[in-house]
Amino acid sequence: MSELLGLLSYGDTGWGDELLAGFGITISLFLATLPIGLVLGFAIALAKRSENWPLRLFANAYTTVFRGVPELLTLFIIFYGGQIALQNLVGLFSDTIVVDLSAFVAGMIALGFVFSAYASETILAALNAIPTGQAEAARALGLSKARTLQKVTFPQLIRFALPGLSNLALILQKETALVSVLALDELLRNTQIAVGATKEPILFFSIACGFYIVMALFSSLLIGWAENWSNRGQQGAGA
Amino acid sequence: MDVDLWIKYGPKMLTGLVVTLQLVSVSLFIGALISLPIAMARLSKNKLARGASFAYVYFFRGSPLLAQVFLVYFGSGQLRYPLTDLGLWWFFRDAWYCVILVFSLNTAAYQAEILRGAIGSVAAGQMEAAKSLGLGKLVTFFRVIFPQALISALRPYGNEVILMIKGSAIASVVTIFDLMGASKLAFSRTFDFEVYFIAALMYLIVVEIIRISWEMMDRRLTRHLRPLSEQ
Repeated sequence: MSELLGLLSYGDTGWGDELLAGFGITISLFLATLPIGLVLGFAIALAKRSENWPLRLFANAYTTVFRGVPELLTLFIIFYGGQIALQNLVGLFSDTIVVDLSAFVAGMIALGFVFSAYASETILAALNAIPTGQAEAARALGLSKARTLQKVTFPQLIRFALPGLSNLALILQKETALVSVLALDELLRNTQIAVGATKEPILFFSIACGFYIVMALFSSLLIGWAENWSNRGQQGAGA
Repeated sequence: MDVDLWIKYGPKMLTGLVVTLQLVSVSLFIGALISLPIAMARLSKNKLARGASFAYVYFFRGSPLLAQVFLVYFGSGQLRYPLTDLGLWWFFRDAWYCVILVFSLNTAAYQAEILRGAIGSVAAGQMEAAKSLGLGKLVTFFRVIFPQALISALRPYGNEVILMIKGSAIASVVTIFDLMGASKLAFSRTFDFEVYFIAALMYLIVVEIIRISWEMMDRRLTRHLRPLSEQ
């Protein structure tokens, strides 16, 4: 037993520090992807409501593609395809420079695309849930368009979209594990390295699962708090 | 497009697609069987059953599918001798069975939650009416509650089927030559990037076929809930 605990210790002999470092990368990847996914998702949702039909068509095709293709395949296409595209681009100017798309960036882009495809549907539904009378009332009160968006539309949008978006965020946390196949040193990859060296797969993979579950628990707490906060204007709900 | 390439790798990818479909349908079926007792345990009055089923669902929904596959596939190697003694080693030695096992257990957790939500959505009056008609508990469940629950479960079930098809690409990481695995092989031999686009298109077609047929099924099954003018 103490032998197994020794394997998890912090420092040169144990794998505790490697696992924690991997966990740090997992969290950074999640935190870096989330804003990309949200902004893209919002833009795609707006495009779906646009009066410009090519834009609408593009937005709908975007959603269909990124919701229909496996995340793992999207990741491969962005990673290898991005590499090739970048190299061709650089090749126009120089034959000696070799570009390398990092696994982290590829993961960020691929998972951001997938997240935004799902998020756009949630945000679209939330936008449709806000009565048009709200914008008209704001206009009657003489609020500018930007002010209306900021003070009237956005707070309600958050309230309607938050449950759906937080679900997607929890899914995203788990999907970061896929980037381990591109040899990014995140939690699951470092766990595999530890297993390779120690021959203790059950111990280490269970711990990795435990890390993800703790992350989900912690996020659920944050989400619950955020939902209460977003409902603060509602009677009988939340704070 | 390189014709020789497709003569060589096209059939491999089609075989891979069949493997993907087999993997998904077998796992979904086994998962559906497992999900029923789990959903019952989630709704049970017994604290222990509730706690255990909650932990099961939380584990499988809270950690990545890939980590679960690694845990079973590599973890079983550590238990090789006990498993051999139990006569189970042939099962865990094979990546195919390991992946089926993990996918089934994983989708069972999701399906149990779908079922639980659907059963909860059936109005309490239905149960009371069945009771007042003198129907037994089992008859009430299978003849009154369950059929109505399935209607509201249909949409989430469709989503779960699609998520499984996409998630099954993970099997390629542990040496299964599903559609993803076959495409990886073709790419590593040819460095022709097109194979990935073809694979993406194949996944997309399968997912769209399922999505559209599910929509048709949903329209048909809920036709009694719409006003006459729309039927």
